[in-house]
Amino acid sequence: MQVDIFLKKKLHNLSFILLLGTAVLGAIILTEYDVAKGFSSVPAAIQWALSNFYPDSESMEKFPDIFEKLVETVLISVAATTSGAALALLFAIAGSSTTQFNRFLGQVSRTIATVFRNIDMAVWSMILLFSFGQSAFTGYFALFFGSFGFLTRAFIESIDEVGDSSVEALRATGAGYFSIIFQSVIPSSISQMISWILFMIETNIRSATLIGILTGTGIGFAFSMYYKSLDYNAASLVVLVIVAAIFIIEWVSNYVRRVIL
Amino acid sequence: MTTLLELKNVSKYYSKDIAALSNIHFSIEEGEFVSVIGPSGAGKSTLLRCINRMIEASSGEVVFNGTNIRKLGRKGLRETRTQIGMIFQHYNLVTRLTVIENVLHGRLGYKSAVAGMLGIYSQEEKQQAIRLLEELGLSQHMYKRVDQLSGGQKQRVGIARALIQNPKMLLCDEPIASLDPGSSKIIMDHIKNISASYKITCLVNLHQVDVALKYSDRIIGVNKGEVVFNGKPSELTTDMIHKIYGSETGDLIFEAGERNAG
Repeated sequence: MQVDIFLKKKLHNLSFILLLGTAVLGAIILTEYDVAKGFSSVPAAIQWALSNFYPDSESMEKFPDIFEKLVETVLISVAATTSGAALALLFAIAGSSTTQFNRFLGQVSRTIATVFRNIDMAVWSMILLFSFGQSAFTGYFALFFGSFGFLTRAFIESIDEVGDSSVEALRATGAGYFSIIFQSVIPSSISQMISWILFMIETNIRSATLIGILTGTGIGFAFSMYYKSLDYNAASLVVLVIVAAIFIIEWVSNYVRRVIL
Repeated sequence: MTTLLELKNVSKYYSKDIAALSNIHFSIEEGEFVSVIGPSGAGKSTLLRCINRMIEASSGEVVFNGTNIRKLGRKGLRETRTQIGMIFQHYNLVTRLTVIENVLHGRLGYKSAVAGMLGIYSQEEKQQAIRLLEELGLSQHMYKRVDQLSGGQKQRVGIARALIQNPKMLLCDEPIASLDPGSSKIIMDHIKNISASYKITCLVNLHQVDVALKYSDRIIGVNKGEVVFNGKPSELTTDMIHKIYGSETGDLIFEAGERNAG
């Protein structure tokens, strides 16, 4: 019997690999993709990047301009995340099974959060382009909606993870709903929530670059502008500045996490 | 002696045919120390929680200090809960807050929504918290975070939180089930002392028959949601213990015959 189980597992794995292989092969044939050409053009791409895609002295003159756009992007990301977090906290309290007012409202707030979470930020920005046009507002709201949806989910998890033991204890003392939320639920889960907010800020700065290309604002716009005007040196400087900014933000948020957790 | 708590035909059904409690009927005098024993799943925790309505009973009456708790509205229930302190097996403290903050949580039942939200406590309440912590031997740990304490210390914080309510009664849900024998003795001694010196009625769920025999004025045995024994420790025979636990001679880690040896 035992031998059978192992044989079965091997056959199972083998058939999965075969299936995957067929899918890849089928896709290559259908799209008429030339595998050999695809790989052989990689060295050429690297060569092009090395000879064109680096900041030179001329592009360094544009640094103050780029830096200003970077600051704008970072600030919008932080603003969208923190305001989204405030709204998410309300929805998370209403949506967590430990703290919900009643079952119906809990379900409603979880559903709203799911809808907002499952629409990608890039999609949000394209929808919002109609209302706000190419302005910083579009980017802000796209990030705000995305952050709100994700953070609601994350905050619900944080509240559930802490459990309802201290909530039960405070209910037993006769404490009211708001006393319980502010004296037990929030103090227990706040550090986890701050950690999620920091994560969201990091993610949003990355997304903001892409959204900026769509909405014509911030650092993303600077990149697409230089890139389209064939100023590859300046475009590469934008990329380096973004990478540096993300490194710094990550370092800061890791430090904050270490202190609070 | 006056009756403080009376349960009349209290039943609890979690689903239609399975009774967690059926027709529970007993009363407790003021100042009494009563233990509830019985196997896991017999309904001890449910019984305790039906008293302060952390769990709603399906039928029956729970009369506490002259009022039927089951008929109370939201406000009345909150007021009654302030009169009943509760102690838990897993302490149920807010572990990221300090000891004294957790003790003061016991006063939240007396506060308005705003004062409770902001955690505004009077000087008197803070002094009472300090006094209680000194009494329970925790004065050195007052400003420590609860997650730095040992299990026994955490349970003492739980006791202080219940006492600062100035309760008429304490409900203790297996207060020593997660503690080592040394800490268990300290906790049981504290609860017994409190009961005697503050004249607080205690209803304690226990797993340890020997502990129940040693500390209680009266023991209530519960099996499958029914009270099968209600009497003095001296009346609890070996046969009765086996009836409560649904066991045969030699099946239990504790044998009633040994009880006079300790």
